[in-house]
Amino acid sequence: MSSTLETRERRTGWLLLAPALILLALVYAYPIARSLWLSLFNQNLGTELQPVFTGLDNYVRMSGDGRFWQSILNTSVFTVASVLIELVIGMGIALVLNQSFPGRGAIRTIAILPWALPTALIGTTWAWIFNDQAGIVNDILLRLGLIETGINWLGNPLPALLSVIVADVWKTTPFISILLLAGLQSIPGDLYEAHAIDGASPWQSFRQITLPLLMPQILVATLFRFAQAFGIFDLIQVMTSGGPGGATETVSIYIYATVMRYLDFGYGAALVVVTFVVLVLVMAIAAFFLSKVRAATGDR
Amino acid sequence: MAKLELIHLNKTYTPKVIPVKDLTLSVEDHEFLTLLGPSGCGKSTTLRMIAGLEQPTRGEVRIGGQDVSRKSAGDRNIAMVFQSYALYPHMSVYDNMASGLKLRKMPSGEIRSRIEEVSRFLGLKDLLDRRPGKLSGGQRQRVALGRALVRQPDVFLLDEPLSNLDALLREQVRAELKQIFASQATPVVYVTHDQTEAMTLSSQVALLNDGYLQQLASPKQIYSQPANRFVAGFIGSPQMNLLELPCRENYALLGNSKIPLPTSFAPPPHVVLGIRPEHARIARPEEAITVTGTIILVEHLGMSNLVSLRVAGSESITVRALLSAEQSWQGNQITLAFPPEHTHWFHVETGDRLPDAE
Repeated sequence: MSSTLETRERRTGWLLLAPALILLALVYAYPIARSLWLSLFNQNLGTELQPVFTGLDNYVRMSGDGRFWQSILNTSVFTVASVLIELVIGMGIALVLNQSFPGRGAIRTIAILPWALPTALIGTTWAWIFNDQAGIVNDILLRLGLIETGINWLGNPLPALLSVIVADVWKTTPFISILLLAGLQSIPGDLYEAHAIDGASPWQSFRQITLPLLMPQILVATLFRFAQAFGIFDLIQVMTSGGPGGATETVSIYIYATVMRYLDFGYGAALVVVTFVVLVLVMAIAAFFLSKVRAATGDR
Repeated sequence: MAKLELIHLNKTYTPKVIPVKDLTLSVEDHEFLTLLGPSGCGKSTTLRMIAGLEQPTRGEVRIGGQDVSRKSAGDRNIAMVFQSYALYPHMSVYDNMASGLKLRKMPSGEIRSRIEEVSRFLGLKDLLDRRPGKLSGGQRQRVALGRALVRQPDVFLLDEPLSNLDALLREQVRAELKQIFASQATPVVYVTHDQTEAMTLSSQVALLNDGYLQQLASPKQIYSQPANRFVAGFIGSPQMNLLELPCRENYALLGNSKIPLPTSFAPPPHVVLGIRPEHARIARPEEAITVTGTIILVEHLGMSNLVSLRVAGSESITVRALLSAEQSWQGNQITLAFPPEHTHWFHVETGDRLPDAE
């Protein structure tokens, strides 16, 4: 009797899992498998869009593709810079929002607004802010006398990269603030009181209590932001389209161009596979650290 | 090791929220003072003002004769055990105890020897590498205590340190606390709402209510000579019988009985008589001043019975008497005697204790 009960329970379990598994298979597993398969073929205008099996040729081509390596470099610089700046500013905002002051609820709501706005709108707005003729950034710098002629922000490689980083920081810092704020609120206040009695200054309490206990949230925020920033497409497409001369071209924009503009499906698929593997590797490393940190901070 | 003094201490949040109204008391070396009172009486706020976690609105906190009211918590050299223990969850037991010493830049060799001494004393030697999350409630409580002891502070503050332990453990730790602090020369201020803790641990009990000090006395005195009706009702379990009675000549009328008033005060029109259930006893036949009543409830407590009586000749007055389990009676009527040396008299309006007979 017990074995039939067990079988029945197991069957129910699988039945309950089935919808999610089918959905995941359709949405994740199939596209990944299809990309992997497609990356082994040459399918472009040269082959009249017919798939021709070429094995690992696409990957060999990639290793010597300067534009690919440039896009990886751009993506890495963009990701590291924007995530780091967002973490620092986001932490600052979270610490402020964690204090009690009149109107805190309203401020918290306003603080999250940039993150809720559509990216296309944000991109267009920031493109205008950095516009060389009519942009407010140049206007302010000129009025302050810091520059003599307007900078062509989006028309020069380094300023363009800087501009998209600024826009991304503005848009996603609230996301990090909210995550960190939730973490801050879970730290009991009496820990700070005990630490103050132990003789700690506020800065020492931040270093010895807040940072270690907030580490899980910091890692989760970094992980989320890393994945998003590494795949950044919309903001850059709207602001610079990867220009000038590929200076802000990220991997996603390069893949988009390869597939949609050059109709090089096989090579595009190979690019997707490599990006995917890089992301999975980084996630795995981060998840490993996260589990270690979770074990270290103990249960509260 | 320094005398702790509170001088006209007041904490006002808003004109209507004044948890501590005017508190003056002092704690000497070797003294264990308990701040006792119901919730909202101001005892925790007082402790937090001593600790430096709250600023007094008026008045002074002095440690060793020095006004520390404006000093930060870290500069007062006090140690506090929190109700929640407030152990740092990401640090080992060792680091929890070392934290305050490291922040004070003590050489690591001395830190090590202090922690070794205290952890041997508290039986924490094998737990030093563990994190608080891996400890039982009793062990965490010890670590919190250890963290305070290694500091060798001028004053120890304890905020309901036993309230998170289960009943059995609480009794055991209570006894340990008494031993630990008996060996310290430092003043201890202990906050609790549990009168048993206050009575067993303290050398002095400060009973607070509504932001005012009701009585500051030894546990024995606070039990035998409560300063007012509130103290009389708060200390002692089961609660003291407090009966509001009319007076005729020099008697208080309790139902059919006449209880003689002491000669130490002029007979008022009404008076409050207090008699603890454990002091009421079954009257011997030859006794003249007795109170007879009908039994309405008997609660068996094991070594004794708590008997509730409806007093004969009254509509609604009930008296509770704690009678030894061996004591028996017949029928549903009992006649009690109230020994005069255990009878307390209070003013009806002010609630103050009326003078005892010499």
